[in-house]
Amino acid sequence: MTLARAALLVTGKDLRIERRAKVTSSQILPFGAIVLVLFAFALDPDRGVLERAAPGLFWVAVLLVSLLAVSRAFAIEVEHGARDGLRLSGLDPAAIFLGKTFAVALQLLALEVVLTLGVVLLYDVSLRSLLPLVLATVAATVGIAATGIVYGVLTVGLRLRETLVPLLVLPVVTPVLLGASRAWEASAVGAPGEAWPWVALLSAFALLAVAGGMLCFGTLLEES
Amino acid sequence: MTLLPRGATIALGWVALAALVTLTLLGLWVAPPDAVQSDAQRLMYLHVPTAWLAYLAFAVTAASSALYLWPRTRAVVWDRIAGASAEIGVMFTGLTLVLGALWGRPIWGVWWAWDARLVTTAVLFFLYIGYLALRRIPGDANDTAVRSAIVALIAFVDVPIVHFSVTWWRTLHQEATVFNPELSAQISGTMALTLWFGVLAFTVLYLYLLSKRYELAAMADELADVELEVAIAERIGEPVGAGVARVEP
Repeated sequence: MTLARAALLVTGKDLRIERRAKVTSSQILPFGAIVLVLFAFALDPDRGVLERAAPGLFWVAVLLVSLLAVSRAFAIEVEHGARDGLRLSGLDPAAIFLGKTFAVALQLLALEVVLTLGVVLLYDVSLRSLLPLVLATVAATVGIAATGIVYGVLTVGLRLRETLVPLLVLPVVTPVLLGASRAWEASAVGAPGEAWPWVALLSAFALLAVAGGMLCFGTLLEES
Repeated sequence: MTLLPRGATIALGWVALAALVTLTLLGLWVAPPDAVQSDAQRLMYLHVPTAWLAYLAFAVTAASSALYLWPRTRAVVWDRIAGASAEIGVMFTGLTLVLGALWGRPIWGVWWAWDARLVTTAVLFFLYIGYLALRRIPGDANDTAVRSAIVALIAFVDVPIVHFSVTWWRTLHQEATVFNPELSAQISGTMALTLWFGVLAFTVLYLYLLSKRYELAAMADELADVELEVAIAERIGEPVGAGVARVEP
């Protein structure tokens, strides 16, 4: 079985579980939406602060949401000894990593589409240069998902993991928050030239996170 | 059990103490006040060595983590050094930030500035606080060591990316207002000597603390082993069936 096919099997499994359990759509998505509303309460919408801060607020919301998505991605492996099944399946650990990362990235992208609508409608933001915006978003999402999956498997089965994962993941993804927010700002004001360097940075981060994850996932899955 | 021979650790402790007393004398009385920053500049004799020590400590953590992960060099000694060094690193990163803020207030007029070096140091602080939190979670010793080693290496790779992205961010959007070239004039003479002496003194202090912390970690491991043996011996000594009554439903 090729790496891609094995990875898609794992992705398919995770997405099938989501389709049946609907945790992302019925819990994580509303959480993201309420975060956007909370920002509006915190920063008076009438003073134009929200509109100017929108790119950063959007990505902070995405980071918070991604923590829940990662937590969920490993919660489904805990019950009924699913993790042992995964380990004994004979699938290449790198493929399992890619599969889970892809599943989380796809769910995050879906959440981001809805949150983007929320930002456009609630914060009155206009997004002008769409191509760098989309590329930056995809690269940032892959970077966040891959990092999250590495820390997810690293802490799976540990006591206190719920409180530990945010502390471990958030400092590591600070460059993603920085790059994605700047790329969005540039796109919002219609200056794509300023967005491209950040797209490159985000892509480099995503590649590094995916490569690193493929490298160490086998060791971590065995230790967990 | 110990990283260095006992005598060497004790000697290091005394040398470190003598060096720190000398540094205090040099920094507070021998070195002249700075022409621009006057006495506030004396904080640099602590700030620069603590920052150096933090970086040194994290580099040692990364190197020993890599040595632990490499199957041929895997030994508990690397894990203990990694943990001990990270603890020292976090403490001195914290000190660096506090001393920097104390210096920044009179010189820059602000406690904190969103400069690349400051932001990177703050992220570094959080990365290794997470690392220490992970280490504290009880579990199989080897599992914990492998997990911690991977987290330490991720942190080590991440720091340059953070620094790069923050530098880029600040240079793309605003002029460097803080590191004005006129302010960071060349230093020489007694001031340079004091600074270098400070770096040396803190390096000796680092070696002493590392050795002591290593000893403590080894003792904690030994204690855990002894407690386990005692518990097993007690359990064996109990009459047959005695444990059954205590089984919780």
